[in-house]
Amino acid sequence: MSFIPNTDTDRTAMLEEVGVGSMAELFHDVPVEHRFPRIDLPAPLSEQEVLRELDGLSRKNADCGAAPCFLGAGAYRHFIPSVVDFVLSRSEFATAYTPYQPEISQGTLQAIFEYQSMIARLTGMEVSNASHYDGATSTAEAVIMTLNVAQGARRGVILSAGVHPQYRAVVRTYTQGMKLSVVGDDADRSVEELAGMCNSSTACVVVQNPDFFGRIISPPALTALASKVHACGALLVAAVNPVSLGVLAPPGDLGVDVAVGEGQALGNTLSFGGPYLGFFAFRREHVRKSSGRIAGETVDRTGRRGFVFTLSTREQHIRREKATSNICTNQSLNALAAAVYLASLGPRGLQKVAELCWHKAHYAAQGIARVRGYNVDTSEFFHEFVVHCPIPADEINRRLFQRHGIIGGYPLSSEFPDRKNEMLLCCTEMNGREEIDLLVKALSEVGNA
Amino acid sequence: MEHKVDQKVRYSKTHEWVRVEGGEAVIGISDYAQDKLSDIVYVELPPAGKELKAGAACMVIESVKAAEEVFAPVSGSVIGRNEALEKNPELVNTDPFGQGWLVRVKLAAPAEAASLMDAAAYTSYCAAL
Repeated sequence: MSFIPNTDTDRTAMLEEVGVGSMAELFHDVPVEHRFPRIDLPAPLSEQEVLRELDGLSRKNADCGAAPCFLGAGAYRHFIPSVVDFVLSRSEFATAYTPYQPEISQGTLQAIFEYQSMIARLTGMEVSNASHYDGATSTAEAVIMTLNVAQGARRGVILSAGVHPQYRAVVRTYTQGMKLSVVGDDADRSVEELAGMCNSSTACVVVQNPDFFGRIISPPALTALASKVHACGALLVAAVNPVSLGVLAPPGDLGVDVAVGEGQALGNTLSFGGPYLGFFAFRREHVRKSSGRIAGETVDRTGRRGFVFTLSTREQHIRREKATSNICTNQSLNALAAAVYLASLGPRGLQKVAELCWHKAHYAAQGIARVRGYNVDTSEFFHEFVVHCPIPADEINRRLFQRHGIIGGYPLSSEFPDRKNEMLLCCTEMNGREEIDLLVKALSEVGNA
Repeated sequence: MEHKVDQKVRYSKTHEWVRVEGGEAVIGISDYAQDKLSDIVYVELPPAGKELKAGAACMVIESVKAAEEVFAPVSGSVIGRNEALEKNPELVNTDPFGQGWLVRVKLAAPAEAASLMDAAAYTSYCAAL
């Protein structure tokens, strides 16, 4: 079958229209030697041969399924129960695009509704939307929501330097041209200092907990920040790690108004950085200023349970250019993975995962702190911490991998050029004791200048 | 359908009404406007203290069909908001000239209201639409 659907008659008509007699004349300006170039390709391969070739190429990758891996910095490797992939692979879920006639897809709506319910419970918030693209876009949408709550009267955004650098960059990208003052992240400020920056033009303060460097903001400190922010008439946005909520107090209990974050850690694979999902939960009073879409549970006229899109039509079909956000796209399949993951673990299971992460990371930190030449940040942390190395972190990583087959941590110099010798190390339940011991021993060996 | 017209208020071409009470005024939308909007689900009132400018958009009313801007029929600063609309936005549908009022303002230019249509003029204006 020809992929160019023109008939000879069509072509003749078109050639006549542009005033040339033939195809050859049409391409007259292309030098002869370039008209039909010989493309030097190897001989064709059979499917079996292609697979062998690709398999060989893929084996050149060091994947974290095979090598011990201590990378985190916003994307986390966790154990994913088989049931997650099983449910995701069902064709009803795997192939369905955003339901434009949503109520016909009751299963999709119910999945979103259950995801929302679990996120709301996990974060201690009253409402969750159906999700955004990732943690960064959720954070940016949260900032925009606080501007809308203030009905344009407040243009100040205070960002903590502890918020993931990429999230901060996306906040700035999303809000460019809105004439905002986005400040606060030029220095590592305490929550007290951030609270002190609040004034009558502040729309929101954004913190991350645990922050990008792994540090935990204590519940009393976060609560105190929330009340100072509220006293200014502003709102508190917190980007949180959902797995950490297995052991940490939910942000909703600590006065946070909008809880957002990267949902990848909940049942989603690392997948080279995406697609992920951003969760977005908040207090009910702000529902009219929220972004995205929200699925709701209702009853039909005979009293049977059913699901509807409660708040999407409003953005796309009713408010249109007056909408508070025009992103109604959600990451349904990723959100479903999060929901199935949470459902299969249950509250107790999530707590166990979080405890394992905490213990393994602290075991690693204690071991590394004893190695000559290394220092570990002493702040309270969850499953990630900053290590000060005797030589540049990039070099440590190179040697760890080449000599020991270990994928090391995240070199902070990638985002902070003056922090060459520091790396962010992460442990999850996936890191066995032996590989942590191996890392500690290897660090001691690779740390020599 | 026949629309109610309050005889004691003045009307703008964009279907807002204003009832002057001394140096203050109450603002709402007409029965015609609420009927065209159909079921109202949300009224985004301006914050107290906001300065409204005659003819400029000052809030958004959202119905199941559309989100429409409300234009201030007169200039003035917001001194009262109909907080009942937060829980019961449908009051704008059921009683647009009464319990469905939107905001109360302190008039900046009391003479402005005189240039708006009276009930008779508004009735024929709507009839011609």
